[in-house]
Amino acid sequence: MSTPLLMFVLFIAITLVVTYWAARKSSGSAAFFAAGRNITGWQNGIAVAGDYMSAASFLGIAGIIAFQGYDGFMYSVGWLVAYLTVLLVVAEPLRNAGKYTMADVLAYRLNPRPVRAMAALSTLTVSTFYMIAQMVGAGTLVALLLKGSGIGFNGAVTGVGILMVAYVVFGGMLATTWVQIIKAILLIAGTVLLSVLVLAHFHFSLYEFFDAIAHVQSGGKVVNFLEPGLRYKPPYGAIDLISLGLALIFGTAGLPHILVRFYTVPDAKTARISVVWAMFIIGTFYIMTTFLGFGAATILGGDFIKTHGGINMSAPLLAQRLAGDIFFAFISAIAFATILAVVAGLTISASTSFAHDFYTNVIHHGTERAPGEEVRVARITAFVVGAISIAVAILLGPTFNVAFLVGLAFAVAASANLPVIVFSIFWKRFNTSGAIWGLATGLVSSLVLIVISPSIMGLDQSHLIHAQPLFPLENPGIVSIPVGFLGAWLGTLAGNEPESAAKFAEMEVRANTGLGAEKASAH
Amino acid sequence: MAETPVNKQPQPTTEWERIERLPEFRELIAAKMRFIVPACVFFSSYYFALPILVGWFPDLMKTKVFGPVNVAYLFALSQFFMAWIVAILYVRAANGFDKTVAKILEKSK
Repeated sequence: MSTPLLMFVLFIAITLVVTYWAARKSSGSAAFFAAGRNITGWQNGIAVAGDYMSAASFLGIAGIIAFQGYDGFMYSVGWLVAYLTVLLVVAEPLRNAGKYTMADVLAYRLNPRPVRAMAALSTLTVSTFYMIAQMVGAGTLVALLLKGSGIGFNGAVTGVGILMVAYVVFGGMLATTWVQIIKAILLIAGTVLLSVLVLAHFHFSLYEFFDAIAHVQSGGKVVNFLEPGLRYKPPYGAIDLISLGLALIFGTAGLPHILVRFYTVPDAKTARISVVWAMFIIGTFYIMTTFLGFGAATILGGDFIKTHGGINMSAPLLAQRLAGDIFFAFISAIAFATILAVVAGLTISASTSFAHDFYTNVIHHGTERAPGEEVRVARITAFVVGAISIAVAILLGPTFNVAFLVGLAFAVAASANLPVIVFSIFWKRFNTSGAIWGLATGLVSSLVLIVISPSIMGLDQSHLIHAQPLFPLENPGIVSIPVGFLGAWLGTLAGNEPESAAKFAEMEVRANTGLGAEKASAH
Repeated sequence: MAETPVNKQPQPTTEWERIERLPEFRELIAAKMRFIVPACVFFSSYYFALPILVGWFPDLMKTKVFGPVNVAYLFALSQFFMAWIVAILYVRAANGFDKTVAKILEKSK
C-alpha cells in the first residue's frame, strides 16, 4: 500500500470510530440535527472554520496564487471579511429565534408552509451546487493523490459519497461536527508546518522571501508576483471581483451548512464567541495559504506544477519538494479529510432542511406522525443525496469545470436567502409574499445570469453553450443581490398581512434577548 | 407612526409586546443599531476599497513601501487585521448588550 493511501485509511478509521461513539451517545431529534446543542464555543468555532476551509480554499487558493500571484491573494481576502456579516447581523438572532434551519426564523411571523417550501428549495439548490463542485473536485483530486494505487475517478467519487452518508446517517450532527473539528486541526497543523518550511527555505528572511516573489520566472520572463493584474484584467476584471465580494459578504451569512452550526451551541453568546474563534482560525489559515501559494510560485515555478498534476497540486507538490514523500502523503491526506468533512456537512444541512422544513412542516403541517419520524426521513434523505451526488459527479466526469458552481452557491445564498433573513429579523412590515418573491427572484436571477455568463457561454469547446456570453461577468452578485432585495421589498408592498406585523414584537424580543430560545439538552 | 403617539397606543396584549415597549428594551435595540450599522458601513467600505483601488488606481497600488513590498500587498494584508479588530470591538460592545438583556429579563419576570 502506498503511503498516501495508508494515511487516507488511517483518517477514515479515526472518523469511523468518532461516528460510532456519536451514534451511541445521541438519540432524538435535537441530538441528530443539532448535536444536542451542547457544542462549546471553541469547538463550534473550529467546526465553522472547517466547513468553510474546503479543498477549494486549501488547494485552490494556493494554486491561484502560485499562478496569478497578488490577484489570488486579493481574492482570498473577501472570504474572511464576509464573516463580519455573520457575526454582526445573523448568528445571534438566528440562534435565538430558530430551531434547526434558516426557515425556522422565516416561518415565525409568516405563513409557514409556502415560506418553508421556498426556503427548502433554495437551501437544496445551494447545497446541491456546492456538493457537486466538491464531489467532482474530490474525484479528480483523490485519483491524482493516489496515482498508482488503482483508484480512479469513479472509485474515488463513490468512496467519498459512501463515507459522507455513513457519517451523517449513523452519527448525525455530532459525528459531522467532530469529523470537521479533527480535519480542521489537521489542516491548520499541515499549513503551519508547510509555511515554516517555506520560510526556512528562505533562511527565515521575509525580505529574501518577498524579493523572490517580486522576481518570479514565468514563461521565460521575470514577473513581479506582488503586483496586481495577473488575474483580474480590464475591462471587467475589477467589477467581477467586486461582484464576487458582494456574493461573499452577503452569501456567507446565507449558506445553510454554516447557519445550521449555530443551532449546535447552547445560546446566542456561545454562537457569537464561536464566530470569533472561526474568524481567527480562518484568517490565520488564509494568510498562511498565501505563503504556500507564493512559496510554490517561487520554489517550484508554474511550469513545473503544470507538468506534475496542474494548478490544484501546488500545495502537495510544494510539500514533496520541501520535505519528501511522507510529507506529501500527509498533506494529501489532509486534502482528502477536508473534502470528506465538507461534503458530510453539506449532506446533513440538505437532509435537515428536507426533513424538517419540507417533510414535517410543509407536508405534515408541523407535527411528526410518529416519534423519530423526522430523523428517519433525514437519514433516508442523506442516502438519496449521497446517491444523486455520486451519480451526477460520475456523469459530469473529471474534466467538467466546477469552479463556477461554488460561485453560484454563494450567489444564490446572497441573493435569495440573505435578503429574506435580514428583512424577517429587522423589518416589521415584511410578510409572506415578500419572502416568496425575494427567494424566487434571488434564486432565478442568479441561475439565469450564470447560464448566460462566460462560465457557461463561450466560443471555444470548453463551454456548455457555444455562443458569445450575454452577461460579461462570471459572478452575478452585483446584479442578482439587488434583484433579490428588490423582489423581497416589492413583494412585501404588494401583500397585506397584519398578522406578520403583529408578531414582530415577539420576533424582536426573542431575537434580541434569547427569551424562549431552544435550550441545550441535558447529558 | 405620526398619527399614533406612544402614549395613545393600545394597551399591550401579550407579554412579548409588554417587553418590547420597555424603555430598557428600546434602548437595547437603539444601542445595538448604533454599533452594528456604522460597523457594517465601515467594514464594507474598507473591503470594497481594495478592488476599487486595484482596478482604477493600479499605479498607486504598485508603489513600493518596504523593499519589494508594495501598497497593494499591505492594504490586502491589513484587511485581515481590520476584520479581527472589528470582531473584537463587537464582542466588547455585545458584552454590554448582554448586561442590558439580563436587566430586561429580570424585570419581565
